[in-house]
Amino acid sequence: MSQDAGVTGYIQHHLTNWRVGEGFWALHMDSLAVSVLLGALFCLVMWVAARRATSGTPGPLQNTVEMMVEFVEGLVADTYHGKNPIVAPMALTIFVWVFLMNLMDLVPVDLAPETMTALGWEYFKILPTANLNITFGLSLSVLALVIGFSFYYKGAGGFAKEMLFHPFGPWLLPFNLILNIVELLAKPISLSLRLFGNLYAAELIFLMIASLTLGFGTHWVEMLTSVGGLTLLVGQVILATIWAIFHILVIPLQAFIFMMLSIVYLSMAAEHH
Amino acid sequence: MEINATLLGQMIAFGIFVWFTMKFVWPSLSTAMKSRQERISDGLSAAERGRQELEEAEAKKDEILKEARQQASDILEQANKRSSEIIEEARDSARQEGERQLAQAQAQIDQELTKARTELRDQVVTLAVTGASRVLEREVDAKAHNDLLEDLAKQL
Repeated sequence: MSQDAGVTGYIQHHLTNWRVGEGFWALHMDSLAVSVLLGALFCLVMWVAARRATSGTPGPLQNTVEMMVEFVEGLVADTYHGKNPIVAPMALTIFVWVFLMNLMDLVPVDLAPETMTALGWEYFKILPTANLNITFGLSLSVLALVIGFSFYYKGAGGFAKEMLFHPFGPWLLPFNLILNIVELLAKPISLSLRLFGNLYAAELIFLMIASLTLGFGTHWVEMLTSVGGLTLLVGQVILATIWAIFHILVIPLQAFIFMMLSIVYLSMAAEHH
Repeated sequence: MEINATLLGQMIAFGIFVWFTMKFVWPSLSTAMKSRQERISDGLSAAERGRQELEEAEAKKDEILKEARQQASDILEQANKRSSEIIEEARDSARQEGERQLAQAQAQIDQELTKARTELRDQVVTLAVTGASRVLEREVDAKAHNDLLEDLAKQL
């Protein structure tokens, strides 16, 4: 813990990614590693469940997985009219993956940076969804799928027609085009900024709560024997608990919103106007 | 917060995970769930069918039971009738036998009576003849007075 830099330094340190390389081609290895590990974990568990899948009595793992599959399948069936083999698996992947990544928010804020510092890394931010690259990576993939769906279902001509003539007819063609491009680009931006903003703010507030007792540093005795120190400690525990409980709601909610909006965008892309 | 190649890495990872889920996870789970649904609905319809069959069997059983009861009562009735008939017959034949025996006995008695009567008559005739011959002290020609004696015997 870098105490010399005070609260600002502490928060900045905890919000800095482990970066490899410079400029655009730099990689945030911590976010990437955690997100890929969680995604791989999801795939592995699902794969094991799918391998053992039986139409007889399901075991606990299959039950859990089937519950998720059924949940996502129901949502997709309600929202996405038509048949496409990508939509439902994509929705499931997004939901569980984003959920798992968001879940890293509940890891105690000091645990990952301190451990990794002890192991030799200077910076390690364990929450991938508090990294714009990660959320934009997800939402731009969804955008790519939306554009792909538009071409697939409407054809190049149909898509171009919709971009040019919708919603105000051929007389306002440039205006239509600008409006549609803005609408198209607003989708990934709103998707990723919503997720990023929620989780970044959450992490920031966790850090601020954690910084309440930062002033005492390693002087545990002083903190535990002074009235001010005890008050701060109790306040910190209470606030962190309340915030964490609140995030038990926020974490799946944000994952659900991301998935739901992705399905909606894809269904809009597949619909004819 | 800078945008960098992490974004591309995340997109690639997203693509791979979605592809993996689509290829290896979703189909088998979906198939398993669908076939279980089918099995459950099959089972339910089989149960329904079984219930119906049971109902039918129950109805059939009731009918058979009713028939059997009817038959049993018919048989009982017949047997009762037959037994009363037999008793009646036996009674008739016993009566006839009794009457026959009675008639026979009567006939025998009559016969005996006639015989005894004839004998008695003969004896009386003989006695009368003997008495008369004693009285007359002479032989009565039995042959000559046979008609007379016969006539006498008949009057007895």
